[in-house]
Amino acid sequence: MGGLSVAVGVDDLTAWLRRFAAVVHERRDELTALDAAIGDADHGSNLDRGMAAVVAVLDDAPPADVAGLLKKTGATLVSKVGGASGPLYGTLFLRMAGAAGDGDLDDAAVARALRAGLDGVVARGKAEPGDKTMVDALGPACDALDAAVEAGEPLSGALAAAAEAAAEGRDATVPMVARKGRASYLGERSAGHADPGATSVTLLVEAAAATLGRS
Amino acid sequence: MKKLINDPADVVSDALRGMALAHPELRVDHENRVVFRGDAPVRGKVGIVSGGGSGHEPMHGGFVGRGMLDAACAGEVFTSPVPDQMQAATAGVDGGAGVLHIVKNYTGDIMNFEMAAELVAAESGIEVATVVVDDDVAVTDSLYTAGRRGVGTTVLLEKIVGAAAEEGRPLAEVADLAKRVDDAGRSMGMALTSCTVPAAGTPTFELADDEMEIGIGIHGEPGRRRVEVAPAREVAEMLLEPILSDRSFTDGVICFVNGMGGTPLIELYVVYAEVAAILERSGIGVARSLVGPYMTSLEMAGCSVTLLQADDELLRLWDAPVVTPGLRWGA
Repeated sequence: MGGLSVAVGVDDLTAWLRRFAAVVHERRDELTALDAAIGDADHGSNLDRGMAAVVAVLDDAPPADVAGLLKKTGATLVSKVGGASGPLYGTLFLRMAGAAGDGDLDDAAVARALRAGLDGVVARGKAEPGDKTMVDALGPACDALDAAVEAGEPLSGALAAAAEAAAEGRDATVPMVARKGRASYLGERSAGHADPGATSVTLLVEAAAATLGRS
Repeated sequence: MKKLINDPADVVSDALRGMALAHPELRVDHENRVVFRGDAPVRGKVGIVSGGGSGHEPMHGGFVGRGMLDAACAGEVFTSPVPDQMQAATAGVDGGAGVLHIVKNYTGDIMNFEMAAELVAAESGIEVATVVVDDDVAVTDSLYTAGRRGVGTTVLLEKIVGAAAEEGRPLAEVADLAKRVDDAGRSMGMALTSCTVPAAGTPTFELADDEMEIGIGIHGEPGRRRVEVAPAREVAEMLLEPILSDRSFTDGVICFVNGMGGTPLIELYVVYAEVAAILERSGIGVARSLVGPYMTSLEMAGCSVTLLQADDELLRLWDAPVVTPGLRWGA
């Protein structure tokens, strides 16, 4: 891929986070309604509160480097969201920060960081594929991103493939019976609705596809 | 949605403001949303910390005081608190003997308390032990699920373990006792109506006038099944049957009929009478009882039944003085 790789810097990540925050705000009631069907009706409002806090950080005191920005984002989410999404989204960004190293990210580093985030979510939530959680959308997204980057696709195209895989993973959670989180308490009754976490993390990957690798 | 609130976003902070004013014997850290015992930390005493989403009042803030909790963290409505809150609570109640975290078994509560304990371990020398309450027989307990929910037993456990800490017992002993109480308790709940989470603004689920939901938790999450509304006698059977088939109970139980927030006490006593009758027929003597709304689910109508197999020690600790806004006797 050589010269085709586009460096992802603080401005790109800021655009990504702002877009994700805007989409979560716009679709907050939809995420909450999904959660009401199988959980406790707070996913949309919680994530919206967390991302609003992240946007406030971006407005007031944005860290100057990629790793710092991701770390601050993760810590803010852990401190503001609560519930299960706080530790899970927080860990996702904290692990991305840990994998980012110094400086901007090339295509492969973006894929590596997102994979590290997924690994963090799996470790924190102890969820496996098929449990009807955000892992079911984020896992396929990471696989698609890795494959496309390795094949030399430009980052924007690779992230578009990742977003498509995430959406398919989200849709695949509809018939699943939840085995983790509050939905697991419903047993068979949890089937028939998309998982709220798989839905919101798909929005995160879609926001990445819309903002990263395009400069 | 018709609620006595100012703004859905301010419900928890406004309520904590009121609680601080109504109970000057407590100390409220508004920034971290932690309710402390006024005299915390108590030197040489194990600190007892619990917490969870708001909307279950008087649980947990209403159980802070002598003989029960040293601090309670208040999350958003039905949302677990964040690690910062639990860290502040832990630091604020450590009297040098360590701190016990009482955590109800919900993924969010588990993860946030876990992160808090990791941070406390990394940043201070405070020894932290954790007990997870998981007593809800409506939920299948298996290796492949998040396990059973923590419901009614939490109230009884906080009282009993709080009394043990008040006696000055060491952390390991208090933590062992907490696990013993959790093992001895079983609960099952039902709902006649849904609650409305202020931030969501609409009822979490819809129930027809002639329907009730059996096997609910405390967050408006749907239960295991939906059946036709039945007389209290049959409801008592539906709640007790899974409890009694899950664990054997003998003489000397603590029987707790809990209101979900929207059910008047008269109906809870109707249920208690039926529960007591079934227990008597089953040869299970009730040693102590508790009837009332202690672990609510906003304005949901419904109730839950908790049985705790007690022994002389647990009964003695149950009877020990307690001085909190929500539970108060012997003082």
